[in-house]
Amino acid sequence: MSKTVQLTPPLTDKDVEILEIGDRVLVSGVIYTARDAAHKRLVDLLAAGQELPVDFKGQILYYVGPSPARPGRVIGAAGPTTSYRMDSYTPTMLQLGLKAMIGKGKRSPEVITALQQYKAVYLGATGGAGALISQCIKKAEVVAFPELGPEAVHRLEVENLPAIVINDCQGRDLYEVGTRMYRRSSETGVEPAACR
Amino acid sequence: MRQIETGEITRAVKEAAIAANYDLGEDLLAALQRGEQEEESPSGREIFRQLLENASIAGQERVPLCQDCGLAVVFVELGQEVHIVGGDFQEAIQEGVRQGYGEGFLRKSLCHPLTRANTGDNTPAVIHTEIVPGDRLKITVVPKGGGSENMSRVFMLKPAEGRAGIIDRVVTTVREAGPNPCPPIIVGVGIGGTFERAALLAKKALLREVGSPNPDPELAALEQELLQAVNDLGIGPQGLGGRITAMAVHVVMQPSHIASLPVAVNIQCHASRHKEAVL
Ligand code: SF4
Repeated sequence: MSKTVQLTPPLTDKDVEILEIGDRVLVSGVIYTARDAAHKRLVDLLAAGQELPVDFKGQILYYVGPSPARPGRVIGAAGPTTSYRMDSYTPTMLQLGLKAMIGKGKRSPEVITALQQYKAVYLGATGGAGALISQCIKKAEVVAFPELGPEAVHRLEVENLPAIVINDCQGRDLYEVGTRMYRRSSETGVEPAACR
Repeated sequence: MRQIETGEITRAVKEAAIAANYDLGEDLLAALQRGEQEEESPSGREIFRQLLENASIAGQERVPLCQDCGLAVVFVELGQEVHIVGGDFQEAIQEGVRQGYGEGFLRKSLCHPLTRANTGDNTPAVIHTEIVPGDRLKITVVPKGGGSENMSRVFMLKPAEGRAGIIDRVVTTVREAGPNPCPPIIVGVGIGGTFERAALLAKKALLREVGSPNPDPELAALEQELLQAVNDLGIGPQGLGGRITAMAVHVVMQPSHIASLPVAVNIQCHASRHKEAVL
């Protein structure tokens, strides 16, 4: 049965190993943001042998490009962006010690394998719930690549940001399992009861 | 001739761009409420609850519904009795988008396709203008998110593939999209015309009120069949598994060349934002 787990980085292998697909997590503490443009910069810095602006060991990365904050507010809408655009950079990030990513949508087989190899998880937040999720963000500041605007790397302080485990470190995929449970084949009617 | 000032157009576009990004339409809210009642999967129902709460926070606290405030697609129906005065018509619309995205604290999401440098003000909008009878000017601003647009497809079918081919391509498109376009989605299907026309029809199909029946009985039946087939995929809200992958399928059709059967599938996420203004 799925459980609810509080996650506060930095995370260890042990924190991640207990997570299974379908578990609900509430993320609190400091997390970092990056979309594909920022990933490219990070990977380029690494390739050039330079130091990264953030130490990602044990950290959680949130794939988000928030809308501008109104005066007096911490941030604008801040829901997840589609994760597959980051797939090609993800194994490198995991190698650096990144422990979890929050996004939406499918990951590549390479990412799912890398999650097992480096003991990390992929979490799904509700895509299009940008206003709701913004309520969980208590502080936001740009820590790298300010010229990227909404795509800059932000340091966020969050409280109980809700997400669900999509890919755990055992190679499982909630998108596949969930879809299989509710799929109906048009020829044969409802799928066998064993799948329910 | 009725005169309309470009300043009025700019104002209307600006207000529509802002309103669309903060206030979800009544039809969408009703569809989300129905989903919350009807979805069998517990995590699916939870998603519907979150989306309803998201809409209420967006409206009350003035936070955009989604951080992807979209590329502004602007549909214009220009009455042939209207005379636009006071400047360039297209530029008046672009200025409305510029002001709306600036003053409305909306995310600017447009960039140079190759260098990826942001244009800075969410222009240029994509404008589709039609000349129609009458002396009115109708403007519909449709902020279109990238996540769902990326999952959309155009197919040039062999005429022999017919209705079954159309159903197959729509289902395939939704299956391949999976969780990526933020289901529950709305599926716009354009059939006929040419390559580019089919795509335009598919986008226009998204503007119809969600839950309203297609006035053409043949298309209404096709929509029902498509909706069933798409929902049989089991993708469900956010792809977590469930009965409601799509809240609606809307089809628009027009004659095609005897050699062709163009079919376009435009996927729209649940943040189906559009706002109309009539001048
Ligand atoms: S697909 Fe729609 S709801 Fe999802 S992030 Fe993009 S604009 Fe927002």
